[in-house]
Amino acid sequence: MNYLYAAYIATWVIHIGYLGHLLRSYSRLQDEVEELKKK
Amino acid sequence: MKRAFPILAILTAGLLSWGLYAALVSAPTEKTMGDVQRIFYYHVPSAWTAFLLFSINFLASVFYLVKGKPFADRMVNAVVILIAVACCVIPFFVKPLPLGVEPGAVGSTGIGIAILYFGIRKYFAERADVLALVSAEVGVVFCTIVLVTGPLWARPVWGIWWTWDMRLTSTLLLWLIYLSYLTLRRFSSSSQTPTLAAVLAVFGALDVPLVYFSIWYFRTQHPQPVIGGGGSIDPRMLNVLLLNWLAFLCFAFLVCWSRYRLEILRRDVDEAQALESLLAVGGGR
Repeated sequence: MNYLYAAYIATWVIHIGYLGHLLRSYSRLQDEVEELKKK
Repeated sequence: MKRAFPILAILTAGLLSWGLYAALVSAPTEKTMGDVQRIFYYHVPSAWTAFLLFSINFLASVFYLVKGKPFADRMVNAVVILIAVACCVIPFFVKPLPLGVEPGAVGSTGIGIAILYFGIRKYFAERADVLALVSAEVGVVFCTIVLVTGPLWARPVWGIWWTWDMRLTSTLLLWLIYLSYLTLRRFSSSSQTPTLAAVLAVFGALDVPLVYFSIWYFRTQHPQPVIGGGGSIDPRMLNVLLLNWLAFLCFAFLVCWSRYRLEILRRDVDEAQALESLLAVGGGR
């Protein structure tokens, strides 16, 4: 059962990690857009 | 699409939850392997989704390479149509197909390739390069899951985490090829980068059929396919497998869509920054 749970947890850790990476990239881009607007 | 996105996201969350419940609770327990077999409900749909995304990357890369070259464009259109027709006709006459492969499965694959290619041509004509990048990136995420969940299944069933057999090695190679594709795109700033990446993607995609057919043509420890490969599967298990695949497909679509919008925004910001620095230089003079 440990291997089963490890596999399911690993799957969601990878997906959530990637979604977190996308969110960080998006907020960085938003900051850049704001800076450009100020200029 | 902006309006549909939250609805699709809620639907996908529902499907993923239902799929998780079905995989862990309602699917019957396999007799010999026990509960660890349930890893299959995440491992196999992840692999299929990764193959689909790498195929989209391949077709988008081909279109990117031939775009603006009328002769090459017409040739590729003809080849795609020929492949679709050949896939529909040849399996009924040429024997033997790999054990258990249905002629209908070959035909629908050929038609699927044609639909995908002409869909990319029609809807992503100006953004084929972005689509290629996005599909490769999300494909690598799904392929990573395949490479993580596979050994977690193999350890209790085979007694080893990994073996260098054809299916496993070619999958690792596929992952490395697309990782190198993403690395190239991330760290090269040349204007030729999209073209070089597209060429790498076209040759890298040759590994996809190698991975898929490796279990038929090479002696391998990997289990034989349960669908379209002559194997048999309990219909309740098949339903759970297909439900999870549908959930993963919807999830992959949403992630790809978000990543696509993000990439377009990033390119717009880069363009605006380049224009702004040009104006600053012009103003300085």
